[in-house]
Amino acid sequence: MQLWLIPLFPLAGFLVNGLLGRRFSRSLVNLFAIASVLLSFVWVLKTLYGLGDLPAAHVEHYFTWIRSGSLDIGCDFSVDRLTAVMLLVVTGIGSLIHIYAIGYMAHEGGYRRFFAYLNLFMFFMLTLVLAANFALLFVGWEGVGLCSYLLIGFYFDKPFATTAGNKAFIVNRIGDFGFSLAMFLIFVNFQTFDFARVFAQAPGAPVGTLTLIGLLLLVGACGKSAQLPLYVWLPDAMAGPTPVSALIHAATMVTAGVYMTARAWVIYAHAPAAMHTIAIVGIATAFFAATIGLAQNDIKKVFAYSTVSQLGYMFVGVGSGAFGAGIYHLVTHAFFKALLFLGAGSVIHALSGEQDMSKMGGLWKKIPWTFGTMACAAMAIAGVPWLSGFYSKDAILVAAYQQAPWIYWLGVATAGMTAFYVFRAMFLTFFGDYRGDRHPHESPPVMLVPLVILALLSLAGGALFPVPEFLRGFFHAAEAPEDFTLMAISVASGFIGIALAALMYLFKPGMAGAFAGRIGGLYKLVYNKYFVDEAYDAALVRPLVGGSRAVLWKAIDAAGIDGAVNGVGARARDVGALLQRIQSGNIRSYATWVALGAVLLIFVMGLAGGIVR
Amino acid sequence: MQQVPTSWFLMLAAALFTLGVAGFLFRRNIVTVFMSIELMLNAVNLSFVAFAHQHRQVDGHLYAFFVMVVAAAEAAVGLAIILTVFRNRGTLNIDDVDSMKD
Repeated sequence: MQLWLIPLFPLAGFLVNGLLGRRFSRSLVNLFAIASVLLSFVWVLKTLYGLGDLPAAHVEHYFTWIRSGSLDIGCDFSVDRLTAVMLLVVTGIGSLIHIYAIGYMAHEGGYRRFFAYLNLFMFFMLTLVLAANFALLFVGWEGVGLCSYLLIGFYFDKPFATTAGNKAFIVNRIGDFGFSLAMFLIFVNFQTFDFARVFAQAPGAPVGTLTLIGLLLLVGACGKSAQLPLYVWLPDAMAGPTPVSALIHAATMVTAGVYMTARAWVIYAHAPAAMHTIAIVGIATAFFAATIGLAQNDIKKVFAYSTVSQLGYMFVGVGSGAFGAGIYHLVTHAFFKALLFLGAGSVIHALSGEQDMSKMGGLWKKIPWTFGTMACAAMAIAGVPWLSGFYSKDAILVAAYQQAPWIYWLGVATAGMTAFYVFRAMFLTFFGDYRGDRHPHESPPVMLVPLVILALLSLAGGALFPVPEFLRGFFHAAEAPEDFTLMAISVASGFIGIALAALMYLFKPGMAGAFAGRIGGLYKLVYNKYFVDEAYDAALVRPLVGGSRAVLWKAIDAAGIDGAVNGVGARARDVGALLQRIQSGNIRSYATWVALGAVLLIFVMGLAGGIVR
Repeated sequence: MQQVPTSWFLMLAAALFTLGVAGFLFRRNIVTVFMSIELMLNAVNLSFVAFAHQHRQVDGHLYAFFVMVVAAAEAAVGLAIILTVFRNRGTLNIDDVDSMKD
């Protein structure tokens, strides 16, 4: 079925724009960048149509990548139902965001570089999704990390953007360390990296081993998908252009961790402790990040913490054994969170770069299309019935209740906070009086069309694509029972959140400030994100930097290694200084030395008993 | 016929060599030093020839000729150097010719 063509199109776009695009006009850059992703999307549709129902994985082997001893890694692509869902999300949402970016980046420098990186990202993301073994998945995994780093630091002349890129890259190293260890363990235990063979052998392996593998994979997923305690890079990643935030840091790359844990579902199904850990990490992240989102003033920061929180939901789904529900939320989240980011981008674009919500307000008349589409996304994420977020969130929460009721209750509280902070952002941005000094203007159609399509998907995507049903055959999971009461409670929680936001920011605008003043200390704590960055800085970064400075640099490098090298030179010089006294320039003294040496030699030879024959 | 023992030749050679060394070390005139070197070389030649005679082998003679050739070449070069030194410095005192150390 020529699966290799799917990632090849974006790679070609990257190479053409990246290597040859120096003299291309913007429309030519657009042509290659957009066409490559659209072709990829079309090819995905054609492939999936040709493969039909996908009862089993369709695997294609291209060539042997690494062969050494019993290690045999092939460049293999495979498509099963899980991959099919991911392919559609990545190429579909990716196409929309590429089109949107034409308008958003119109006034920015580095146009060609931007689209080249974006295409490269698509290539690696599709490799990650299509890979049929852990090693190839890891290639995609690192590749998207690289593109994420490049695009966060896209405005390389701004120090905060480059440091944010470094932060994302370095924090991800920690997660990747765990992922690497998990891969080594997998190879030691199963002698292969192929998904099919690993998961066929996994049920027979000892539970302890599987638990360890599962936990290490979770460490990797925590890095990539921004879960506690490694989530700190994602809010800073908003330093990149907004389409990047939408594509990489909301819809696709950050969900790679969810995809990977769902891919390894067989391991987790036989390691309940590891699976339960996923659920705990997920709900803790969801709740924690949601509380931070309550008090942020930067519109992109709100949605960034919202993304961290929603990713936590996905992990709750995976960790409750409802893998299908987790992937379901991944899909609907890609719709509405991409839309929220693109809408935020449209607002920022309209205000010529303003991101602070305290300088917005009353924008719904000025940019009605942006407002309308974002409202759809806000309702979807708040879990308004029959919109996309409602289906996936409730599927997760019901499954979580089966696992542990306390997770469900925390999830319900999170749902309320989610509704609150999203509508708070909406009210601050679009209602009340305009508090800024810019001249808002609606975005061009090239940006609005993707918004409208995503709005339709946010509204109807949940009902249109019943992902859990589609994946049921793949995960062999038991059907989660419908529970009307649990559903009603979480929906009510969402509505309470919306109502509170409306009360505090729409009807009585002074109330929010007064309330914040009443709980002063707590508000400060949340507003400053619990000082987590500062705590990491004090507990990890400073000791590490200080230790490196004092021990590795001053003691080992400067004193030890440099000292040894310089010491050899200095001692040689000292010996030379001593010996140079012999070098008097007086021929007769030289001759004396020679004569003395000869006498000494004869004397020694005499003692030794003559020359040995 | 009574032969002169080899040891006599060697003693003579050692005496000549020692005289050469002493002259080399203690005389200041370059020409004298130069002659001392020739004396040492010829002392060695004498011992070579003495041993060749004792062992009835031609190798020692060969070496003696080699040494003579080298000594001749050395004399040519050495005298040229001495001449130049004298022309430049106006002295033949060996202790005044120590500018190599700088």
